[in-house]
Amino acid sequence: MSNTVNKDENKVRVEHLTKFFGDLHVLDDVSFNIKKGEFLCVVGPTGCGKTTFLNLLTRIYMPTKGELYIDNEPADPKKHNLAVVFQEPSSMPWLTVEQNLRFGMEIKHLPKHEIDKRVENIINLLGLQEFRNQYPHQLSISTAQRIIIGRAFAMQPDLLLMDEPYGQMDIKLRFYLEDEVIRLWREMGTTVVFITHNIEEAVYLAERVLILTNKPAKIKEEVKIDLPRPRDVSSPEFIEIRNHITDQIKWW
Amino acid sequence: MDEKKKVILKLEHISQSYVVNSQVKDAVEDVSLEVYDNEFLVILGPGHCGKTVLMNIIAGLEKPVGGAVYLDGEQVEGSDKRIGMVFQSLALMPWKTVMANVEFGPEVAGVPKEERRKTAQKYIDLVGLKGFEKSYPHELSGGMKQRVGIARAYTNNPEILLMDEPFGQLDAQTRYAMEEEVLRIWEKEKRTIIFVTNNIEEAVYLGDRIVLLSNCPAKVKEIYDLKNLARPRNTTDPEFLRIRTEISDNTDLAL
Repeated sequence: MSNTVNKDENKVRVEHLTKFFGDLHVLDDVSFNIKKGEFLCVVGPTGCGKTTFLNLLTRIYMPTKGELYIDNEPADPKKHNLAVVFQEPSSMPWLTVEQNLRFGMEIKHLPKHEIDKRVENIINLLGLQEFRNQYPHQLSISTAQRIIIGRAFAMQPDLLLMDEPYGQMDIKLRFYLEDEVIRLWREMGTTVVFITHNIEEAVYLAERVLILTNKPAKIKEEVKIDLPRPRDVSSPEFIEIRNHITDQIKWW
Repeated sequence: MDEKKKVILKLEHISQSYVVNSQVKDAVEDVSLEVYDNEFLVILGPGHCGKTVLMNIIAGLEKPVGGAVYLDGEQVEGSDKRIGMVFQSLALMPWKTVMANVEFGPEVAGVPKEERRKTAQKYIDLVGLKGFEKSYPHELSGGMKQRVGIARAYTNNPEILLMDEPFGQLDAQTRYAMEEEVLRIWEKEKRTIIFVTNNIEEAVYLGDRIVLLSNCPAKVKEIYDLKNLARPRNTTDPEFLRIRTEISDNTDLAL
């Protein structure tokens, strides 16, 4: 599978997204587009409404105002294929690694040969052959999370949402997993929205970073990142972007 | 310079093992270490064994199978009130207010109310929780709960403060905020701090020295002296990043 998507095509349009919980104004008139196959990171100060933002994109919550379009149609989880990866690995404990990878595709009634093909592809991309018949409790947290991420990519979703999947992992492991997610993304051409508190992570991963303001969250700034990959986190260009984004949201 | 440093705590040949499924598992193997008075020592361990065990042994909460701990030259047996602890799990009492949690130690020790209130208030103010004395833990954010834990540990007036991954559950930004806080408090009220973490950036930000442990069983792999890295440290400073990379390269990838 090669990445043959037309990069100029808008896959997702978010228009005037606004959310109130009672009197609490969480999201204020947020509009932006996501191109097909783009890797977009969203950062913002702690408590700014990042998770609400994500839950609006997944349609777990409905917006107070505004709309989300996928391929020019209002997003509908029944029609569109939305995949979500949370901070805690969310595998089914009674299913093996391979069964977990198949699960979503079976629900979507994909043909068996297609499921077989995609599962093999993901297992090979992740190098997880030795784990295929194991259960989640036999895996480390990081391996369990890799399975969930592989499962999400295998769905070939219209939109893949990741909510701080590497939250508490230290740099060595994090860089390894970040390289892996970039490899999957490039191979599969998936459209990704990745939410994080960690600015170094956002600059390492993203083609574009959306910076949110404090509650009620608006888009404060959009930063395009075209540094070559793999990115060098010690390079002056990288540090300059990292410092700039930090300055925009720093509260600590 | 080394000659002037006073050794306050000494670990000599500490080993710890457990029997798991009738097999002996070594958690800590022959750890020897000198901790200087009022230094900020970070114990960095990328793996899943040894760090908390080592803390528990220093705190006297468990007895090592080999070796001994010396505080001010005397062997430590069991828990000692000169050694205080801040837990990752917080261990706050949910039915008690911030004030009642913070003054709990001196209350149990029989310190009169007026006196212990004064001490508790001093440390509640110091950690930035003034105005929250009557709040309950469930009304506080993660960072604020950790502040309560730190104030409580200080109120017992220990010589040595053990902090066992206190910020492990916080998001990256709140973690930066708390790291700055813990340094600010330490600058104001100098104590010897032994801070355990698995986060290399946090270790380089905080430590006067970093003791890097190996994966299971925990052994001392390397000691980094960061005395010359000026404070306040900047996480994107080239020298900071160089040290971070050097330590990262010296650890195993624990997938």
